[in-house]
Amino acid sequence: MPNRVAIVGIGQTRHKSTRRDVTLPEMVNEAVRAALADAELTMKDIEAVFTSNMETFEGIYLPDHGAATEIGAYMKPGFKVCTGGTSGASVVVEGFCMVASGLYDVVMVLGFEKQDCGETTAAITAAATPIWGKGAVTGAIGEFAKQALSYMETSGAKEEHAAMVRLKADRGACKNEYAHLKLGLESAEQVLNSGYLVWPLRMLDFCPQSSGACALVLAEEKKARSISRKPVWIADVEVVHQEPFRAGTFADPTGKEAYTQHVACERLYKRNGITNPRRDIDMAEIYEPSNWEEMSLYEHFHFCERNQGWKLVEQGVTEMDGDFPVNPSGGVIATNPIGATPTIRVAEAALQIRGDAGAHQVAKDVKTSLASALGGPNWTVLTLLKRSL
Amino acid sequence: MAERVAICAVAQTKFRPDRGDASEGEMAYEAIRHVLEETGLTLSDIDSAVSCSQDFWDGRTISNMNIQPFVGAHLGHEDKVAEDGINAVYCGMAQVLSGYHEIVLVVAHTKESQAEKSLVENAAFDPIFMRELGLDFLSAAALQARRYMYKYGITAEQCAKVVVKNRGNARNNPFAQEPLDITVDDVLASRILASPIRKLDTKPISDGACAAILASEKKARKLTEKPVWILGVSSCYEAHYLGDRDLADCAALTKAAQKAYKMAGIRRPFNEISVAEISEEYSYQELLWMEGLGFCGRGEAGRLIDSGKTQMGGKLPVNPSGGMLSGNPTGVAGMVRVAEAALQLRGEAGNRQVRGANLALAHGMTGICGQHQAVMILGTN
Repeated sequence: MPNRVAIVGIGQTRHKSTRRDVTLPEMVNEAVRAALADAELTMKDIEAVFTSNMETFEGIYLPDHGAATEIGAYMKPGFKVCTGGTSGASVVVEGFCMVASGLYDVVMVLGFEKQDCGETTAAITAAATPIWGKGAVTGAIGEFAKQALSYMETSGAKEEHAAMVRLKADRGACKNEYAHLKLGLESAEQVLNSGYLVWPLRMLDFCPQSSGACALVLAEEKKARSISRKPVWIADVEVVHQEPFRAGTFADPTGKEAYTQHVACERLYKRNGITNPRRDIDMAEIYEPSNWEEMSLYEHFHFCERNQGWKLVEQGVTEMDGDFPVNPSGGVIATNPIGATPTIRVAEAALQIRGDAGAHQVAKDVKTSLASALGGPNWTVLTLLKRSL
Repeated sequence: MAERVAICAVAQTKFRPDRGDASEGEMAYEAIRHVLEETGLTLSDIDSAVSCSQDFWDGRTISNMNIQPFVGAHLGHEDKVAEDGINAVYCGMAQVLSGYHEIVLVVAHTKESQAEKSLVENAAFDPIFMRELGLDFLSAAALQARRYMYKYGITAEQCAKVVVKNRGNARNNPFAQEPLDITVDDVLASRILASPIRKLDTKPISDGACAAILASEKKARKLTEKPVWILGVSSCYEAHYLGDRDLADCAALTKAAQKAYKMAGIRRPFNEISVAEISEEYSYQELLWMEGLGFCGRGEAGRLIDSGKTQMGGKLPVNPSGGMLSGNPTGVAGMVRVAEAALQLRGEAGNRQVRGANLALAHGMTGICGQHQAVMILGTN
């Protein structure tokens, strides 16, 4: 039997556009110290450190090496994972396997990105194969503009619904001391009057470039119970990638598209006896680069029927005090230090289970939560967390 | 631990200076196809793929994106480790041991020919305090070589003997890029790149890939008659700033080796291990790493190479394949060491076979002066 694995320490930085006051290693160190303090451990208790970062976004080759001391990896085992937007969740998967395998009892996983060091969109536009794809790549904004347009056309959602999602995110972010964009938005008009990035995607419809880090301490069952009074169990994980030319495939004229989100959640739900996710899961922290994509993801993860995502928004189901809260933290549209973004989803979903989310703690009791990650050509990583196994 | 993990098949491409004829995926698939054929698996039988590549060398972000179809990851599980490929094997091992997956494909690929080595490596130095100095891995290695030679009295001739041995061994390895029949004098007469490192003290620019199938014990019994077991593994980070390290002592490697030996139950590595494959990008590194691995005492590796005990037919042959010096790319070299160690244990190493090999060591390193070190112990029992 594999070892059971729990999250016993959670730490993140206060995310911002620019952190000129610290170097990248210093910034990551803030999250490392926060996670250790939360677990009431010192670095001596951590056996190995696994990291996530997209080196081309900062222009630093082997960034884990440059930060080896500050991430606490000095004289310790570890490696860096790098799978695009999903990296910060892939590293949780690797940490989970390292502990479940019995190779280590206590490890740290951490994601970081200091986007004030580089030019992320320039790096993303160079991601495609130089022969077949490069001319067609516009960075993430162009892809999600296509998504917004196709969702609008097939689901019947209006721009007002996207604005409602944006307002929900901002209400969460304003209550989250670590969130980056805290805009204090008051009306849908503010969203609807923000300028276009790529039609129909507006400035306030899309995630920012943030600098920040997030660290988690993972431990096997016996250690976990001795370290933490409130261990959060990683019940299961699922990773689904796909071939690159499906990047930006959002419309589904045939009704037969296999989205990675469908494949991932269906596998995860089946293994864990989840037949009605809205009932069997209490809340979710999902990776929504845009408000439009959030509505699509509700459908992809079977929180509702197809083309009904915007209705959940109208009904307030996914609000902090709703029946099925989604992204009470403010989500990715408020905070996006890419290598850390999926790690933050897992961290926030775990804080909700512990009841430690502070002002953005959801109204209902959370026993089971789901964290998702999105990256590369629409890849999906899911992490299912539970209060008890 | 519940179970053991086996390496069921390994393959590598012929290493070449420029693979302009193939994309990264096509190049990787040359190795992948072999491990699939050998095990009778198809890509749909693979539970998970762990790849290893570096975005900087690839010249684009998410460098694993375009190899997805070649590793069977369409609607499947793939992860990318961004250190040397030996760490991807380690990652795949954890996926199997955890019970999460049963059959994992591991693949490492790099085309060094696509990037400017010095520029890529310079980007690894701290951007505020060190990058402006213009250092790359070669100039840093020159500092390390100087410090090591000064501290322990290692001579240029002793470093050159590593080159003569490894380039000579490469003549028996059909995958090696640049086998050479040379003498110590040839090495010492080659052009200075960064004193004391000469052209023949380092490796040529290289393109290539390496693949392996890992499986749980139960699955491995069905996939191969000659499973090779991963008995011990560890890795270790050193400090980043060169001034924070004594470059003549490889503390991280010592620590990684001690952990791997403990896990594998090895007490006297030089006596117990039958064959070692070590990642030596520069000739002095084979000597220094042998000290870190505990094959001899500090400063004694010069005498060890003089003794001939690490040659083919010696007590502990080191790099029968010809090593990294004979031409393996960054990021792939350490995984090739694993593959070569596995071939030795299976008795499939052809003319470079070490007779009766039953316990093998593979070593990989990443970064400036080997800042990140990894050791893996493989065995037949």
